[in-house]
Amino acid sequence: MKFGVVVFPGSNCDADAYHVIKNVIEQPVRYVWHQERSLDGLDCVILPGGFSYGDYLRTGAIARFSPVMDAVRDFAERGRLVLGICNGFQVLCEAGLLPGALAQNTGLRFICKFLYVRVEETDTPFTCACKRSQVLHMPIAHHGGRYLADEETMARLSRERRVLVRYCSPAGDVTPQFNPNGSLESIAGICNERRNVFGMMPHPERASESILGSEDGRWIFQSIVRSLMS
Amino acid sequence: MIRVKVLVTLKPTILDAQGQVIQNALAALGYDNLERVRMGKYIDIMLRDDGEGVDQQVREMCERLLANPVMEDFSYEIVEDAK
Repeated sequence: MKFGVVVFPGSNCDADAYHVIKNVIEQPVRYVWHQERSLDGLDCVILPGGFSYGDYLRTGAIARFSPVMDAVRDFAERGRLVLGICNGFQVLCEAGLLPGALAQNTGLRFICKFLYVRVEETDTPFTCACKRSQVLHMPIAHHGGRYLADEETMARLSRERRVLVRYCSPAGDVTPQFNPNGSLESIAGICNERRNVFGMMPHPERASESILGSEDGRWIFQSIVRSLMS
Repeated sequence: MIRVKVLVTLKPTILDAQGQVIQNALAALGYDNLERVRMGKYIDIMLRDDGEGVDQQVREMCERLLANPVMEDFSYEIVEDAK
């Protein structure tokens, strides 16, 4: 299996994601420049964190016009795996590959800290190695991570069990106190209807080695590897 | 030339944290009669009048890019023959 990490102008977690796939998960990986139009030969594409196009207009609003995004859309339609981390999640929402939007944090601050998320569903390629309700220790680093969607979308996400991770206490309790940014229903990550596109605000690639404070991010990447091998 | 002034604001149902902070700051300056402050974006566009559908075009530009319909509303004003 082969991973691709998209590089937009302003991406800044691309090297982290590349490093983890190559050296920690030990899978083949290549960078995909935003001008590229083909993802042939790849099995999973990661849209990394950062500040694509300087967050101009809205986070992720301009990145969706990059040539590579047409390829990402085709890739997703063919059932291949797409993981959007932080800015990548924002881009996926702006591109319409995931519903809803990410607004400024209610506290207006850029929040960069370790916190906890609870795995809500495990029947996806991104969480299949996890246990249901497993708590993962991972950092967030964003200014606009407040997930918003209309009532109909929220009802649908719930009905189709598409909320994959929620912010929680160290023990796994989902309460407003542990919601860092004002996201509706403490949502930290959702997938599409087909379950092959996943966007999340926390950074698993920054939490895949003990020297960085946590190895829990590996659960996400190992899930992907497991699902691609089966 | 036609000038278009586009305003983009968060939907009324969505918490506007910046607006609230501005309101608090204004209150701190002694303005005690503020009912509400909302923060938005202003986009100033000049375009050529090709004779048809400027209104439709502007609406489309707002819907497709300038505003995110999930969380934002937009309004615009078209000023004819701007110099």
